[in-house]
Amino acid sequence: MPITEFRQALNQALEEEMIRDEKVYIMGEEVAEYNGAYKVTKGLLDKFGEKRVRDTPITEAGFTGLGIGSAMMGLRPVVEYMSWNFSLVAIDQIISNAAKMYYMTGGQFSVPIVMRGASGAAAQVSCQHSHNLESFYAHIPGLIVMAPSTPYDAKGLLKAAIRNDNPVIFLENEMLYGDMGEVPEEEYLIEIGKGDIKREGTDVTICAHLRQVGFALEAAEILAKEGISAEVVDPRTIKPLDIDLIADSVRKTKRLVVAEEGHKFCGFGSEVSALIHEMCFDDLDHPVIRVSQGENPLPYAKNIEAASLPDVQDIVAAAKKSLYK
Amino acid sequence: MKNIGKEKALQMLEQMIRVRRFEEGCLKSYQQKFITGFCHTYIGQEAVAVGAMAHLTPTDAYITSYRCHAQGLIGGLTSREVMAEMFGKITGCVRGKGGSMHVFSKKNNYLGGHGIVGGQIPIGLGAAFALKYEEKEGVALTFFGDGASMQGTFHESLNLASLWDVPVIFICENNQYGMGTANDRALANPQVSDFAAAYKMKGYEVDGMNLESSYKAFGEIIADCKKNSRPALVNVTTYRYQGHSVSDAGLYRTKDEVKCWKEKDPINSFYKSMEEQGWIDEEGYKALDKEMKAEVKDALEFAKESPWPPMDELTNHVYA
Repeated sequence: MPITEFRQALNQALEEEMIRDEKVYIMGEEVAEYNGAYKVTKGLLDKFGEKRVRDTPITEAGFTGLGIGSAMMGLRPVVEYMSWNFSLVAIDQIISNAAKMYYMTGGQFSVPIVMRGASGAAAQVSCQHSHNLESFYAHIPGLIVMAPSTPYDAKGLLKAAIRNDNPVIFLENEMLYGDMGEVPEEEYLIEIGKGDIKREGTDVTICAHLRQVGFALEAAEILAKEGISAEVVDPRTIKPLDIDLIADSVRKTKRLVVAEEGHKFCGFGSEVSALIHEMCFDDLDHPVIRVSQGENPLPYAKNIEAASLPDVQDIVAAAKKSLYK
Repeated sequence: MKNIGKEKALQMLEQMIRVRRFEEGCLKSYQQKFITGFCHTYIGQEAVAVGAMAHLTPTDAYITSYRCHAQGLIGGLTSREVMAEMFGKITGCVRGKGGSMHVFSKKNNYLGGHGIVGGQIPIGLGAAFALKYEEKEGVALTFFGDGASMQGTFHESLNLASLWDVPVIFICENNQYGMGTANDRALANPQVSDFAAAYKMKGYEVDGMNLESSYKAFGEIIADCKKNSRPALVNVTTYRYQGHSVSDAGLYRTKDEVKCWKEKDPINSFYKSMEEQGWIDEEGYKALDKEMKAEVKDALEFAKESPWPPMDELTNHVYA
C-alpha cells in the first residue's frame, strides 16, 4: 500500500470528489494560486480551473455564507479556513444558518457544505491561533464534526463528508499535515460516526482524537514496557460519536482516560466521561480521567506552552493513576 | 402605468392588498394569542417586494430577513400555508418549526426568512453564485433592512459580489428605523446606495412608497443584472406603519410622522393611478378587498383547525 503524506491524502480526496461531481468546488484564502497555506489544495487550480478552485478575500463570514447559499441551491462547496481560529468570525453563518437550516425549513433545504482547515495548537503561535473548537461545534445539533488522526482516516472521512448532505466541520491539525501513513490506491469511504481501535489492549482504554492519538499510541508503548496493556480508541468523528465502541472497550478494560488538546471545562472529555459514567458505571474500576489543556489561554513561550498542552507523559500518568499505580 | 398594463396592475394591486390584510390578520391573531413569539409585519412596505418580485422568473431566487411573510405570499405560497406557520401548525410552510420569522419555500426558490440581522445577505449572494455556476440565467434578490446595512456581512457580500461578477441584487428596505433607532443615529450615511460606488457596482435610489416607481426601477435593474451578470445595490425608501415587531409601540416616533408617511400609502396611491386609467373603480376595489379579506379569514380558520406538529416532528430534520 502506498505511503502517503496526510496533506496529500486530503488532496486526493478533494481531487477524486471533484472529478466525480461537478457540483463540488473549493474556496478559501490562498487555496488556488498559492496552492494552500498548508498545501492541501496544491495543484487543484491547474486541474480544475478558477471556476472550481477560488481564492477568496479575507472575509470568512462572507464566503461561508456564500457557500451555504450555494449549497441550498444544490452545489457542494468545500470551504477552507486557513485555520479554524478564523471560523470564529463566521460562526453565526455556521451555527445560525448552516446548522439550523434543514430543521427550520421543515426539511426543505439541506446544506451540503464541508468546512475544513487546521485546528488546535501548532507550535508557539500563542492564544489567538490555537483554538480547539471541537466542543463548540459539537454542541450544536445539525453539525457533523470530524477529527481524523491518520492519512487513511483523513481521506476516507473527507470523501464521506463531501458526499454527505449535512454541514460538516472537518478538523485537521497543522502538526499532522506532514505525517506519513498507508493509503490504498483503490477508492474507499469511511462511515461517518464509526470509530477505530488504533491499538488493542486489556488494562486501560485511552480515547483520543486528532494529534492526541499519536501521543496515546506512544503512551501505550511506554505503558507496555511497564506491563500495562492499553487500548487506544479513536472516535474519528466527534459528532455523531461512536460511544458504543468506547463503551465496549471500557467494559473490557474497566478504565478510561480521555485525552484531548482542548480545555477541560465543558470539553469533549467531559462529554465522553459523562456518557461512560451513565453507560458503564458498574463496569468502572476507577472514575474516568480527563487529560486536557490547562484552563488558561495558550501562551507563546515554549516552556509554559508545553506545560499547558497535554502530552505523552500526561497520558501515561493518567493511565497509571486509573490502575492505582 | 402604460408599461405595466391592466392585467399586471390588477395582479400587483391584489398582491399588495393580500399582504396588508394578511398582516392585519396576524396582528389580530397575535393579540388573541394564536400567534406567539416574534412577529414583524410588512404593512406600509408592500410596494417594495411586489414591485421587485413582479419581474422574477421561476429560475430566480430571493431571500429576506425575519420580516418575511410578504415575500412568501408574493412568491406563491398560499395564505393558508403561511398563516398556519404563524400558528405553529404542521400544515405551515415549514411544518411549524420556524414560525413568523422563518417562511421558506423550496419550490419557489424562496431561501427564506432569517432571524439574525444581516445574516441572510451572503446566503443570497451564494444563491446567485450557484445560478451562475450552473450557467442558469437568473438573479437572486437579497432583501434586508437599513439596520443590516452596517453589518460586516453586508460589506463582505458586496465586495465578493462585485469581485466575482455575481448576479445578485442587494435591496435595502430602508424603513427609516433599525428597531427603535432612527437610521441617522445608526448609519454614518443613511443613503445606503452610496456604498455601491465603493464596491464598483451600480447603485440606485428607489421610492418604495410608489409601486409604479418601484416596478419600473426593478424591471430595469433586474434586466441589467441578468444581461451583464453584475450585482447592484438598491436603497428603497419605505416606511413600516407598525412597530418593529408587534411588541413595539413605536414611541420613538411622532403620530404626525406616521400620518405623513401614511398619506403616501402605496396601495391607495396605486389604486388611484389605476382608477385614472379606468382599470378599476371603487366597486371593483371593494370587491377585490373583500376577496382578500375572505382569503385571510379562510387562512385563519385553516390555521386554527390544523393540528399541532406530532411529537416525532421534534427530532425530525435535525440531519438530512
